[in-house]
Amino acid sequence: MAGTTEAPSTNKAGLQKKDYAGSKSTLCVGCGHDLITARLIDAAFDNSLKPENLVKLSGIGCSSKTPAYFVSRSFSFNSVHGRMPSIATGTALANRNLKMIGVSGDGDTANIGMGQFVHVMRRNLNMVYIVENNGVYGLTKGQFSATADKGSKLKHGQVNHMHAIDLCALAVELGCGFVARLFAGNTKMMKQVLQAALAYKGTVLLDIISPCVTFNNHEGSTKSFPWMKSNELAMQDIGFVPAYDPHYEEMDHGDERVIKLGDGSKITIKALDKDYDPASRTGALQLLAQHHESGKVPTGVIYLAGETPRFVDHLGMVDVPLSSLKEDALRPAKSVLDEVMDSLA
Amino acid sequence: MATAQAAAPQTRTIVNDLVLHVATANGSGSQTSNMVLLRTLFQMGIPISGKNLFPSNIQGLPTWFTIRANKDGWIARKQDADIVVCMNPDTSDEDVETARKGAILIYEETLNLAGKRPDCIHYAVPFKKLIAEACPDVRLRKLVINMLYVGVCAQLFNFDMDEVRKAISTQLAGKQKAIDLNVPAVEFGYKWAAENLKKADPYRVERMDGNKGKIIIEGNAATALGLMFGGVSVVPWYPITPSSSLCEYLDEYLNKYRIQDGKRTFAVVQAEDEIAAAGMLAGAGWAGARAFTSTSGPGISLMTEIIGLAYFAEIPFVICNVARTGPSTGLPTRTMQGDLISLFYASHGDTKHIVVIPSTPKEAFEMGGEALNLAEEFQTPVFILSDLDLGMNYWMSDRFDYPTQPFRRGKVLDKEALDKLNGQWGRYRDVDGDGVAYRTYPGTDHPKAAYFTRGTGHTPDAAYSEKPEHWKANMDRLARKFATAKNRVPKPEVHSNGHAAGLIYFGTTTEAVREALAVLDHQHGLKLDLCRLRAFPFTQEVEDFLHSHERVYVVELNRDGQMRMTLNAELPRFAGKLRSVLHYDGMPLTADNVVQQVVSMEREK
Ligand SMILES: Cc1ncc(C[n+]2csc(CCOP(=O)(O)OP(=O)(O)O)c2C)c(N)n1
Ligand code: SF4
Ligand SMILES: [Mg+2]
Repeated sequence: MAGTTEAPSTNKAGLQKKDYAGSKSTLCVGCGHDLITARLIDAAFDNSLKPENLVKLSGIGCSSKTPAYFVSRSFSFNSVHGRMPSIATGTALANRNLKMIGVSGDGDTANIGMGQFVHVMRRNLNMVYIVENNGVYGLTKGQFSATADKGSKLKHGQVNHMHAIDLCALAVELGCGFVARLFAGNTKMMKQVLQAALAYKGTVLLDIISPCVTFNNHEGSTKSFPWMKSNELAMQDIGFVPAYDPHYEEMDHGDERVIKLGDGSKITIKALDKDYDPASRTGALQLLAQHHESGKVPTGVIYLAGETPRFVDHLGMVDVPLSSLKEDALRPAKSVLDEVMDSLA
Repeated sequence: MATAQAAAPQTRTIVNDLVLHVATANGSGSQTSNMVLLRTLFQMGIPISGKNLFPSNIQGLPTWFTIRANKDGWIARKQDADIVVCMNPDTSDEDVETARKGAILIYEETLNLAGKRPDCIHYAVPFKKLIAEACPDVRLRKLVINMLYVGVCAQLFNFDMDEVRKAISTQLAGKQKAIDLNVPAVEFGYKWAAENLKKADPYRVERMDGNKGKIIIEGNAATALGLMFGGVSVVPWYPITPSSSLCEYLDEYLNKYRIQDGKRTFAVVQAEDEIAAAGMLAGAGWAGARAFTSTSGPGISLMTEIIGLAYFAEIPFVICNVARTGPSTGLPTRTMQGDLISLFYASHGDTKHIVVIPSTPKEAFEMGGEALNLAEEFQTPVFILSDLDLGMNYWMSDRFDYPTQPFRRGKVLDKEALDKLNGQWGRYRDVDGDGVAYRTYPGTDHPKAAYFTRGTGHTPDAAYSEKPEHWKANMDRLARKFATAKNRVPKPEVHSNGHAAGLIYFGTTTEAVREALAVLDHQHGLKLDLCRLRAFPFTQEVEDFLHSHERVYVVELNRDGQMRMTLNAELPRFAGKLRSVLHYDGMPLTADNVVQQVVSMEREK
């Protein structure tokens, strides 16, 4: 284009938005997953994340393909169906300094991956675990997943008679410190929460309702765009203030709840409908149970506790990544072998 | 006075050659007594082995410990015992049947065995009565009653009591109270036997010099040491017999010897299952750690999908399969060489893996470290194939040598290397023509360091591809990599003297095969050449061995001849030469078994 020569803006890491780009998406046009990908790119750029410190991990599914579509400058591991949590755990053990984004689907997490999901929620890793939740298996053409609501219908009329698994409730129950439910169509809230999640040091579960336009966007679906547009209950107005924002302290907080994260950034939460306290675990579980009845989908920060020691802290490991240790640290001296041999003689 | 009934007059003495079989109940504390017997013989310089034949149970079911002491160094399992100690009333009727003809039976007086096995020499001992005298505290009697048979055996067979006391101190290291309780019990049993039993059998042990510089160790502890000195850093694991003690030893050693300024240079993590353990291995290996776990057959079955991922995405880690008897839950506390095919070709599609096969604790130590090298060198899962017999039983071993070779961490590009290349590299490019590409660790501080790891089709530059030519080229490169590995894995141990018949074996059949070979030679005039496999893929030496022999026996502990099948598949032109010598009842192999099978096939040849 001729004329405009305005320099593209750079962030605190000295990078431009394009440095956070990925390959072109190969998902269906209009897929909710692509909306999440776009906000992830924005959030990573606005947080000035260093791509070299970030790794992306996923399982298998349309959702699990998306790490290819953002931040190509970061390492990525598209693994096997339902096993991303263990791969992430191993990665964190080898290199405790990495920030991880785990991308999964509702089938990848709540069906085949349920075993690993619950255990990774118990381990406090430095990971944002995103479930791109469409209530079906997109990649295998539209079978129900375990997050499908009771009474919801597949494209050809089959009805789900079983209870849905509520991943947010499980995460709260299992000790995850930061749990949010989001709607991919509410991009403003999604972006703010993603930024906060990326700044948070610990496991974050983001259960993002992300409609599958090809297999689960019809009438009778409770994970469709139209259903979510009329049933989303956006509970909060959420803001994120990066650590480097010098102006924030002077601003008037009003009735906002301000939660400071470990890196100095802040998340601001202004309750819209009622005064919901996201620091209360029982409150969180109550809210979720209540809305299973109502059919409404509350979105926002369901639960946010202060940052607590991480899994790697409890293991008492050295401060540097284990992957950086060399022979001098990894092989004990000959005297050690002599000592052991003597004890066995 | 209790007397021994002598079935046959004592004609000769048998020195330093006995099989002692102790039958007790699981959880009764007999392990300490048995280890004291074993250690005493070892300290007296007599070559020994100790095998624990235990049930899949914590307390109450029968358990047996069998010790073989042999001046000529024959320490394989023997089918029939020379001396049977019966402490378990529930099994004593069957236990006395495990004695060979004319053997010695030592048992609790009240067990009704006097009329049984008239061919044997009987020593009835009132253990229950004696323990009441030996141990005034009723509550402690159960703990030390087994020490009485140590004393009785020591007296009958001439064990050196100073060595017995030393063995107790070693076995109960640091637990002075327990030592003070056990030593008098042994002495009591010894004294009682001296005063009450009339020696009517020919067995005795004498000090000799067969064990200079040797140690006693379980294979699992040896592998664990090898891994620690090999620099293992991430250990996710899920308990399963007979592999658990490997990671438990490893945890113990690492916590003792791999602490830096009060912090751990490792992570040992209990995974939620073996799938997760494998996933953690893959994550850790990918991110640059030396990752290891141990498991057994059922665990391997669960890990198989991730093993295939790691093969294809080219991620290093090491798994030790301490094999047990399968299929299914099988015999969880018995041994087998039954997971050969499920390891060599683990996972779907075209997959092949590097497997190293130790046969002694010393080799387990060396291969523990070497497996970590091979995994990183070839960026692939590497397996250590052990089994219950090696892993959980007690073996005499030469002392381990401190590893002097530096770690081989493989082709890794760091920031400086990437700078030199101007960031021009591709994760799966075969730059050196050996099939092994270059990799980077996540977290490498260079804008071109990252690549996309996937289990799906990819180009040499790690981009997604479904193109037939990309797929095929990649699979061919992986085959090239495997061919390179063929020249780096441990070579077989070959003893060839130009005989027409050869015998291939591996792992824990070694002791039985060694002994069988001598018997075949001395008693049957049959001479065979030997080839002990130490790795998969098979190296050139294996091919040469098959080529240069008319017929080759393949000894293995499974029903279907899995090693033979693999040799047939990998080296089909020799298929007609192979004959199986099989054993698969869950017990370690005996020399007699090998002799019988080989002799009968040699007759038919
Ligand atoms: C072990 C295994 N079983 C089955 C499959 C087939 N499969 C691929 S994706 C998928 C479901 C994915 O559903 P979800 O996680 O909800 O992702 P979506 O496509 O809806 O984003 C299944 C069953 C597989 N790849 N691996
Ligand atoms: S099938 Fe559904 S989930 Fe998959 S890409 Fe298409 S719209 Fe998205
Ligand atoms: Mg889905």
